[in-house]
Amino acid sequence: MPEDIPIALELAKKQREIGVAEFFARNRHLLGFDNKRKALMTTIKEAVDNSLDACEEARILPEVNVEVIDLQNDKFRVIIEDNGPGIVKKQIPHVFARLLYGSKFFKLSQSRGQQGIGISAAVLYSQLTTGKPAKITSRISPKEPSHYYELKIDTQKNKPDIIKEDVVEWKKEHGTKIELDLEGSYLGGSQSIDQYLKQTAIINPHVTITYTNPKAEQIIFPKATDKLPPLPKEIKPHPYGVELGVLITMLDNTETRTLQAFLTQEFSRVGPNTAKEICQNAALLPSTKPSDINRDMAEKLLQGINKTKIISPPTDCISPIGEELLEKGLKKEINAEFYCAVTRTPDVYRGNPFVIEAGLAYGGQQNAEESITIYRFANKVPLLYQQGACAVAKSIIQTNWRSYGLSQSQDSLPIGPLTLAVHVASVWVPFTSESKEAIAHYPEIIKEMKLALQECGRKLSIYIHKKRSLQVESQKRDYIQTYIPHVSDALKELLGLKEADQKKIEARLGEILRKHRGELEKVEMENPEYDEEFAAIGKKKKEKQETLDEVKEDD
Amino acid sequence: MTNVLTEIKNIANGIYTKILAKKQPKLETPLRALTNVKYDEKEGYFEILGKKKIRTLTAASVKTFAQTLKMMALSKELVEKDDIATKREAYYVSKNWGEARFNSQPDSDTVMDDVEAMLMVNREQIGFIPEEKGGEIAGKLIVIDKDTETKKDLRIDCTKFGSGAYSIPISIEHLKFETDAKFILAIETAGMFQRLVKHKYWKTANCILISMGGVPTRACRRFIRRLSEDKKIPVYAFTDGDPYGFGSIYRTLKVGSGNAAHINRFFCVPQAKFLGVTPQDIIDYKLPTHPLKDVDMKKIKDLLKNDPFVLHYKEWQKALKQMYDMKSRAEQQALAKWGLNYVIDKYLPDKLKHPEKFLP
Repeated sequence: MPEDIPIALELAKKQREIGVAEFFARNRHLLGFDNKRKALMTTIKEAVDNSLDACEEARILPEVNVEVIDLQNDKFRVIIEDNGPGIVKKQIPHVFARLLYGSKFFKLSQSRGQQGIGISAAVLYSQLTTGKPAKITSRISPKEPSHYYELKIDTQKNKPDIIKEDVVEWKKEHGTKIELDLEGSYLGGSQSIDQYLKQTAIINPHVTITYTNPKAEQIIFPKATDKLPPLPKEIKPHPYGVELGVLITMLDNTETRTLQAFLTQEFSRVGPNTAKEICQNAALLPSTKPSDINRDMAEKLLQGINKTKIISPPTDCISPIGEELLEKGLKKEINAEFYCAVTRTPDVYRGNPFVIEAGLAYGGQQNAEESITIYRFANKVPLLYQQGACAVAKSIIQTNWRSYGLSQSQDSLPIGPLTLAVHVASVWVPFTSESKEAIAHYPEIIKEMKLALQECGRKLSIYIHKKRSLQVESQKRDYIQTYIPHVSDALKELLGLKEADQKKIEARLGEILRKHRGELEKVEMENPEYDEEFAAIGKKKKEKQETLDEVKEDD
Repeated sequence: MTNVLTEIKNIANGIYTKILAKKQPKLETPLRALTNVKYDEKEGYFEILGKKKIRTLTAASVKTFAQTLKMMALSKELVEKDDIATKREAYYVSKNWGEARFNSQPDSDTVMDDVEAMLMVNREQIGFIPEEKGGEIAGKLIVIDKDTETKKDLRIDCTKFGSGAYSIPISIEHLKFETDAKFILAIETAGMFQRLVKHKYWKTANCILISMGGVPTRACRRFIRRLSEDKKIPVYAFTDGDPYGFGSIYRTLKVGSGNAAHINRFFCVPQAKFLGVTPQDIIDYKLPTHPLKDVDMKKIKDLLKNDPFVLHYKEWQKALKQMYDMKSRAEQQALAKWGLNYVIDKYLPDKLKHPEKFLP
């Protein structure tokens, strides 16, 4: 080593900014691209989520085409096409080929996407594994041309790299189509594309999805309603939910001139008086310029916020699925005996309003000897991975299902012929990681989930107990009935009756039994909505499960 | 006999009519238990009260309902054919009844006793006979029975059985008696009976010895009753000095039982008196004792609280309380402590000097 040159100087030569795209290229698991199977799944999920968000915002009934083509050697081509509002020409490269670029991060409203990472991460993954660009076609109106792009991401600069740009003929009046080649693997089962699309259809009954799988089989999930869900309202952040870093960014970006105006205009539920109180509690002047507030002052401001009593954020910005549709979805998927669903009233965690919904399907053809089946949804998106790490699993485990008639060991999921569905709708769903697979364990969220589950559980226990008492009654009747021939036989011997008289006695005794004990009520529900073919989609086939080790990979 | 048949048919007809009218058929049988008897002082036995058990088309009673009807049908058949069946045979007959069969003989016996109680007759009248022997006799008595073939009178001298004894038959209504004995001694254990027979105590004391072998059977009770009434001779009971001897053996001999409440009027010996062993005897004769077990203490408490007979007699309450406080009991054969024949030479003669001191 050369004398007297500090090692740090040498090291400094290697130190440079790491591009966000570069970072994610090396940490693909953070975005849900940990393995080939999941990568294919995540790519489709991100594209479909975007399509549905865009359609809903534009008040269009979504029709989404998903096609997966097997290119052999673990390579697949994924084509997703929607009838959404389209994307204006100059934004196309940024939306698809720039990470952390999007419309949803800066507003608070209940939407599927949040951070603006998803689809560009898929583009990045495609580029890393096949070296091919993403092919985008988009049109915003029949009067406008369709724009075609071939895009790559400059990973160092996190900028779009336009490979090709063109105007093309396209039969769609408006919409967007994305085509990606990527490395992947296609498997069936509970974490499959089929399962994801099916659950998406269940939880979004207004959506039509046409899916062509790698075996070139086409499955259509038709819409069950023409009614679009109400457009979720956008709200400003509530002061209680803001963290220091975000607060500093907001202070830097605001157009307001005073701290007072900043507080009243950038936040929800802050009026002039509350703003003054916050300033007082923070020992800051209301007239301070936001741009003059340094880090220390921002920290004081945050403390001031937390000392001040501020009313909860508005909750009408949440659009839940609703008890009726949730139950309907379960009926379509599961042939059970009893269904119920509950939508809770909104609550707030860290300044973010949220609504919990839960539904259940009990009995029927479901396996009574195994752990229950769980469906998890966040803002109408199915969550297929990391069930064990999710607040939903925790809430279910912490609920005492034994009192509702199921068996359950300590700290485990209950056992029984039951499917539970839990949906979290919020302006900001807290996930445990960027790959959005599991919901974080916020006490407020877990509390609401448990309340929703308990409400369903109580309804279930009424049903189970009724069913059991009817079973007992039915057993008693059968028991009594076995002795009717003996009674008639004894009377025949005692009175020297004829066969015909004996038959008459038996018939009359049967009538007396019914008269005295009432007609036996039937408890099991008919479920005309059950769709066997539909239910079979995405289910693992036994032999497959045993031969493919890869299935085990995630949960 | 025809009476019984008519009664059986009437009950069956009642059930049949109800069924045809689409009404819940019911069988009511008297409740045979101590809670459904009262002690009738004048008549001297446990008289049955009005409580009934109801069997009908409920899960709890339908099986017994069917079994009771089947048992009635069996009884009808036996009476019509002038045949008999033992209680155990009846139990085996039920094995043909499919789901209505009895699982154990006590179940079958209960239903049989219910039919008997329902018809208010003795079970022999409806064709059923018990298994057990009625007891044994030795002493100054001639029983006049009939030869089953020749139908001629048969004189049985109960002094002529040597070291053996005459067995009381199951059916005794036709028997006649000749005797000049002064009293009847009804003995609990076969062991004590054997000792008294061996030494011809009946000759010494001019009496009739009867071995009850525990709680006296119906035939035994009926035999003693008829003998005692016909010949106007007193009956003295000689049992172990324990709550079972007092409360089960002597009480049943004298006033009948809860289980047979419906027929106690025939099967009791109201004139019987209790010679011993009394709790006071245990003290007076310094008898070797056994400590009372929990079940014995419980039996005493139960007798004092629930037995209508004990509740009627202060003397018995006193005696039972005395034993409760002593917390000990003595067997008849404990008298042997003072010599094997002490019972003959001393105890019985002593006691018999004062029959007025016997417990009621």
